[in-house]
Amino acid sequence: MDLILFLVFAAIAVGCGINLVVQTHPISSALSLIGVMGSLAILYLLLGAEFLAAAQLIVYAGAIMVLFVFVIMLLNAGAERKPASRSYAKLFGVPLLVVFLGLIAYIVQTFLPKTEGVQFGKFTGGGAYEIGIKLFTDYLLPFEIVSVLILVAIFGAIVLARKEID
Amino acid sequence: MSGNFAPPIADYVRILPEIVLALFGTLIMLLEAIFPEDRPKPILPWVTVGGLCIALWGAVMAYLSPGTAFSNMVIVDGFATFFRVLVIVVGLLTIFASVSYLRQERANAGEYYGLILFSVCGQSLMAASNDLILVFIGLEISSIATYILAGYLRDDKRNNEAALKYFLLGSFATAFFLYGIAWIYGITGTTNLAGIRLALLNRDLGISVTLAGTAAALMFVGMAFKVSAVPFQIWAPDVYQGAPAPVSAFMSAGPKAAAFAILLRIFVTAFGPISDRWIPYLWISALLTMIVGNFAALSQSNIKRLLAYSSIAHAGYVLVAVTAHSEIGTAAAMFYLAAYAFMNVGAFAVVSYFARQGERFVNVDDLAGLGFKRPMVAAMMTIFLLSMIGVPLTGGFFGKFYIFKAALDSNLVWLTVLGLLNSAVAAYYYLRVIVVMYMHEAGDATSEIGPVSPGLRVAMWASALGTLVLGIFPTLVLNFAGQSSTLGR
Repeated sequence: MDLILFLVFAAIAVGCGINLVVQTHPISSALSLIGVMGSLAILYLLLGAEFLAAAQLIVYAGAIMVLFVFVIMLLNAGAERKPASRSYAKLFGVPLLVVFLGLIAYIVQTFLPKTEGVQFGKFTGGGAYEIGIKLFTDYLLPFEIVSVLILVAIFGAIVLARKEID
Repeated sequence: MSGNFAPPIADYVRILPEIVLALFGTLIMLLEAIFPEDRPKPILPWVTVGGLCIALWGAVMAYLSPGTAFSNMVIVDGFATFFRVLVIVVGLLTIFASVSYLRQERANAGEYYGLILFSVCGQSLMAASNDLILVFIGLEISSIATYILAGYLRDDKRNNEAALKYFLLGSFATAFFLYGIAWIYGITGTTNLAGIRLALLNRDLGISVTLAGTAAALMFVGMAFKVSAVPFQIWAPDVYQGAPAPVSAFMSAGPKAAAFAILLRIFVTAFGPISDRWIPYLWISALLTMIVGNFAALSQSNIKRLLAYSSIAHAGYVLVAVTAHSEIGTAAAMFYLAAYAFMNVGAFAVVSYFARQGERFVNVDDLAGLGFKRPMVAAMMTIFLLSMIGVPLTGGFFGKFYIFKAALDSNLVWLTVLGLLNSAVAAYYYLRVIVVMYMHEAGDATSEIGPVSPGLRVAMWASALGTLVLGIFPTLVLNFAGQSSTLGR
């Protein structure tokens, strides 16, 4: 059962991911991204990370995607015009990507120890309680410092969006 | 589970520079909002300088209570302190070089100073991190602030191009770095640098070297982009050329030094046990970086592009020191990055003085006759360029000397020979600039040049002084670097 669910949602995630890149209209890409986020949430749930799954749905598939769609609407972005892509980009891009993915898959298949690894449903430490304890003990500093990161991003948005300088 | 989660006071002391920098960054934002909008705000640069000076004091205070903090996330040792001080000093020099530039471009706004402070905060955090999570967050704080600074003059096309290129390629590289972190966590079950080292040393765990090597390769992609090492250097010339000159000065010194700090820490501390796997690749990357940087610089007519390619070449020299994988090598890299920061910020300060409004004069030929019009500026530019060549009595000479000595000690004979040949090639394009300054008749560009503003003067003099002090009394810095280059071995 776990395996079937995994295969189904992993396939959806990969399919939506490819669709996201291939689509020319921003709204179609945004909808595909929701598909990726949603199926990722299910995968987290399968692994027992229930808090992460919920956060993934609420924050990414919910809040952030709404912002994305708002931005697309505000900019009134139409279908993307394909730039005349260079021939060598076409010639080497796809084969190199395939080689890269193939190599990664080969390395994982060959060298990952077979005995251990995460089993579906065996992991129980992904609840809000455990995450909360981790966040406020071991990961306290990164947790707080991320606020500086977000502050910088807001700051940058102000700089790039203000009416005029001086 | 219950109890007191609050970390001890000593932990806060160990991140004092970052706390100070973040607070002052926020303070700048508030001051910017408080003052009336249409009035110039001469207080902001001074507040920034004050903040950086206090952060410098904070770095010393942190050094006086060395150790790890926040559950092993942060490590304060000589290495961290060295790079913290270095990036803060680069921030100070940049502020001095920026004030008159921003005034002349009518962009004298508080956001600029705030972004510099936050960027330095991120770099300082990178220097002191002992955990990949923190490395990543520090890298992102520093990078995002730098992306925005590169496009700070929003109405300038070249600024926009620089910022967009830097942002898109930088995000791509960061994704690789993050993927590498995910791998190493999957393999070893920890993101702590010392923990990764222990896991890789532990034969019982039976961790495959290939898996760890792949993770190291993925992380190298991200870091190589930040230090502009071949084959991830393509962005550098366009970004350095398009960004405002003081920002180019900052980018080529601060973020680069911090990226080398984490490169050293990750590869020496965490991936030290598999060094035989990554040394060959770093060998190739170091060699190609030197060759591409130096040979591409030969044909540049734009001085900012020339300095960008020279900055790629210098990254190659530092990579030679990393490839040496020894304590001497680490110390040599630290010394070189300090010397490089002074000479490069100095050279870009001269460029931002010379370029004038809208950066009209950025060709090498525009410098013609500067030696007669502004002898002091030309003399300082000469010092910076001679230091980049590696002429004795400048910091660059001892930097190169220690790097190639470290490489020879580690039996990297071919890399040393090819590196030395490269420095000989480099002499040509640096000397060409000096020849133009002193041997050519003054053209239109030099005839109407105004006096040097006080801020730029401070930046130039301090950089020249730093370059010469490192060249005449190298042991001052080298002893400290030597003592703090063990990196958990």
